[in-house]
Amino acid sequence: MSAFRWAGIALSVALAAGVAAADEFERVTPVRHAATQKECGECHMAFQPALLPAESWSRIMTGLSDHFGEDASLPEALASEIRDYLVANAGRGDPTVLRISDQSWWQREHRFSPSVWRQKEVGSKANCDACHRHAGQGLYDDD
Amino acid sequence: MTRPALILALVASVAGAAAAAEPARDKLLESYRQEASRATPGFAGFSAARGEALYSGTHRGGNPATPSCTTCHTADPTATGKHQKTGRAIEPIAVSANPTRFTDPGEVEKHFARDCKNVLGRDCTAEEKGDFITFLSGR
Ligand code: HEC
Ligand code: HEC
Repeated sequence: MSAFRWAGIALSVALAAGVAAADEFERVTPVRHAATQKECGECHMAFQPALLPAESWSRIMTGLSDHFGEDASLPEALASEIRDYLVANAGRGDPTVLRISDQSWWQREHRFSPSVWRQKEVGSKANCDACHRHAGQGLYDDD
Repeated sequence: MTRPALILALVASVAGAAAAAEPARDKLLESYRQEASRATPGFAGFSAARGEALYSGTHRGGNPATPSCTTCHTADPTATGKHQKTGRAIEPIAVSANPTRFTDPGEVEKHFARDCKNVLGRDCTAEEKGDFITFLSGR
């Protein structure tokens, strides 16, 4: 079998597994759903749906009463409306991983020393907008 | 009275009247009062002092990172707060600093449902909700 075919197989395996490369997240569609913007933008920026695969969003939305150690519950109708929006507009990635910042594409791009994460202005990996000034518009290639 | 002082006095009295009579907040408090009376026969009304103790106290049973309302809202409820983990700013919780507080029943219930669990590890009673709002309406 030629090296060409091997490469082709490797690529399709990678695609099927949802392996994602960081450059597909350079520019993602901004949040275009008012309830998601409001309810999910209260404690951190409202993350764009393309940043996680559908399974991850779905699990986040069914586990809001223990949301990364915190209760972030919503009335059921509102939660299911938000889930529908996130799932319908989801991107690629590892469906077993809940955090954007635990996705392997994300970790490859953010290998900084621990002191960076401890800076007061950053505080948390979830504060994308501390470093990406236009994160709210889905733009991450500004640096 | 000089003219600017008179205008200031007028504005202050109008603003004072508006804060005192906020129909949406009064209605919400009334519904908590009815609920508290059903739960506790002989319920004597809400108390700002109990609300302050709830707000400022250190509690157990919730998320150990947030043992008090003041963890995020700070000791001064008229100040801008800060989410303990993400650092996001939280608008002041006191009505004097943020007049729309406790006027949207859906928002109020959503936040009590979450934050009572985060701080106390349980739901708040109607009495506690009314005490809390009474305390912060006077601040
Ligand atoms: C009550 C506050 C609160 C609300 C409301 C909230 N979150 Fe979170 N969220 C958090 C906290 C706290 C973290 C963990 C941050 C950390 O670890 O630094 C978090 C983390 C996340 C992460 C992982 C970030 C990462 O590290 O990759 C995602 C995804 C997320 N939230 C989605 C949502 C969605 C979707 C909603 C709306 C349904 C929402 N959040 C609403 C508090 C909240
Ligand atoms: C401490 C600052 C910091 C935080 C916080 C941060 N990033 Fe980044 N991010 C960077 C830097 C710096 C780069 C550029 C790395 C490079 O070019 O090699 C980057 C790169 C990226 C890229 C790749 C961009 C490209 O051009 O390919 C994406 C996508 C991205 N970040 C998304 C996020 C998301 C989503 C969050 C929040 C969950 C986040 N970042 C949080 C600093 C940060």
